[in-house]
Amino acid sequence: MPRTKSDLAKNVVVIAILTTFALSTVAPLVWMVFTSFKPLQEVESGSILPKVWRHDNYGEVFKQVPFARYYMNSVFVAAWVTFLTCMTSAMAAYAFARLEWKGRDALFRLYLATMMIPGVVTMIPNYTLMVKLHMLDSYTGLIIPSAFGAFGTFLLRQFMLTIPKALDEAATIDGAGHWSVFIDVVLPLARPGLIALAIFTFLGNYGSFYWPLILVKSESLRTLPIGIMYFDGNYGQQTNLLMAASLMSLLPPILLFLIGQKYLVKGTAFGAVKG
Amino acid sequence: MKNRHGQFRAAMAFLAPNFAGFLLFTAGPVIFSLGASFTNSNLQQTVPLRFNGVSNLKELLADQSFWLYFVNTLYMMLGMPFAIFGALWLAVMLNRKIRGLGAYRTLLYLPSFASGVALMILWKSLYNPDFGPINEALRHSLALLHLHADSPQWLQSTHSLAALDVEKVGIAPKQFGIGARDALILMGVWTAIGGNNMLLYLAALTNVPEELLEAAQLDGASPSRCFWSVTWPQLAPTTFFILVMSIIGGLQGGFEQARIMTSGGPAGTTTTLAYYIYSLAFEQFRIGYASAVAWVLFAFVFVATLINWRFGNRAANEI
Repeated sequence: MPRTKSDLAKNVVVIAILTTFALSTVAPLVWMVFTSFKPLQEVESGSILPKVWRHDNYGEVFKQVPFARYYMNSVFVAAWVTFLTCMTSAMAAYAFARLEWKGRDALFRLYLATMMIPGVVTMIPNYTLMVKLHMLDSYTGLIIPSAFGAFGTFLLRQFMLTIPKALDEAATIDGAGHWSVFIDVVLPLARPGLIALAIFTFLGNYGSFYWPLILVKSESLRTLPIGIMYFDGNYGQQTNLLMAASLMSLLPPILLFLIGQKYLVKGTAFGAVKG
Repeated sequence: MKNRHGQFRAAMAFLAPNFAGFLLFTAGPVIFSLGASFTNSNLQQTVPLRFNGVSNLKELLADQSFWLYFVNTLYMMLGMPFAIFGALWLAVMLNRKIRGLGAYRTLLYLPSFASGVALMILWKSLYNPDFGPINEALRHSLALLHLHADSPQWLQSTHSLAALDVEKVGIAPKQFGIGARDALILMGVWTAIGGNNMLLYLAALTNVPEELLEAAQLDGASPSRCFWSVTWPQLAPTTFFILVMSIIGGLQGGFEQARIMTSGGPAGTTTTLAYYIYSLAFEQFRIGYASAVAWVLFAFVFVATLINWRFGNRAANEI
């Protein structure tokens, strides 16, 4: 179709509107960056750019609170939850998508049904369970209860359903057992789904707030969101340091986002379209 | 059949790790929580554990706070249509074939990607009525226009644009204004508008058949007619999915905002049901009553989903 003048005009309008939205999205983040470099007395001054750039703010955060520890805790917990979730979900998804057995569909519906139950319903009994198991205030308590979500099983099952069954059958005829069909045939083909699930799970748990909030008592176990919350509560007047800390906590997700963008777009679309 | 039997055993083996976790941390707790909601269970266990029948439910129906917080929860869901239609609008624009639009998508997606707590701490500073940049900018603009008006108190004000009464369920005209609840709604729309919903709409838009649009254009349909008569019905399943997820999320929402930004205040105006359950369970240790409230919340979610399903399926069938 020929491009007309009115098409060009429309494109200009579209770009203008999108730019406005993009600017209002980015503006608060830009304010955050500039504020994180200001000396404290400049925070309330109203100018956007710092007059004096204080790079020490970042070092200061590490001095006032064990920020490196928070970082490590967040990454450690999120990495373990991600690993366990991907592993157990992929195995369960294989059973739901590739194997025939009695009660399969009924059990899958039960899995789906639990996804509708609000988190707060299971949160309270899980907390009492942790108390009974003496897992309060421990890494095990932070990791294990989060590692078996129905969502991962659901996402990967949907993904595995699209892989042609003939591949399994060919491998079985060649003498492969279920385990090797799973490892050598299905898993490699389900890789985009696995990567999307891994990113979702990692981010969800990296930023997780509720569970660590009720579970963690000692400072050495605080994850970033909890650490930053207490930093805000205890030293709340230091807006510049608070912004530096928040900004540092945002870096890993932003990096992960830029790397994994294409998988995420696919994964998001997939869950909804096939769901 | 031997093969069937073999598959059943294999299936159980593959399922076992996930299913064990599912039983222990999801299915078990659901049953436990339902049971607890009929007891006086209390973490401090000063009174002996006792089966209470429906007395938690009775208390809840008479609990003024519960209904106020329910209204708060509903009110704070009013940002939803803006977030959904905004996402659709942005997706339609991003769907045009112009170079460099990918960069816009990335920028718009950023906030929904960054973890919640850091952004909420950021917005708490932005909303600071005395030296936050929002009021700073407002004061400058008002001065330029030679207008005299007070800047909003944002998170510190009990007002709301719907003039909701603070003490009982109802309207109180003198409560009209911009308050904490509106501030949280605005922040929510900012976070959500370029997020997953926009991506879902983008994916759905690429699936709208070109032939349909071209046929409509040949018939002389205007662009807006093309959109509402061709594209919009094709998007119905996506809209339906987004609506269901938003309502489910909205009814359970508001916890982080309340815990980090407002402590549920001022005067309980930003306390949602999710935050109420948290404070009942983990600040007052009333496990039994908190479980009852959680189950009533679940009932709301369930009913909302059922209603959606009824209307959603009808809308989807009309294509």
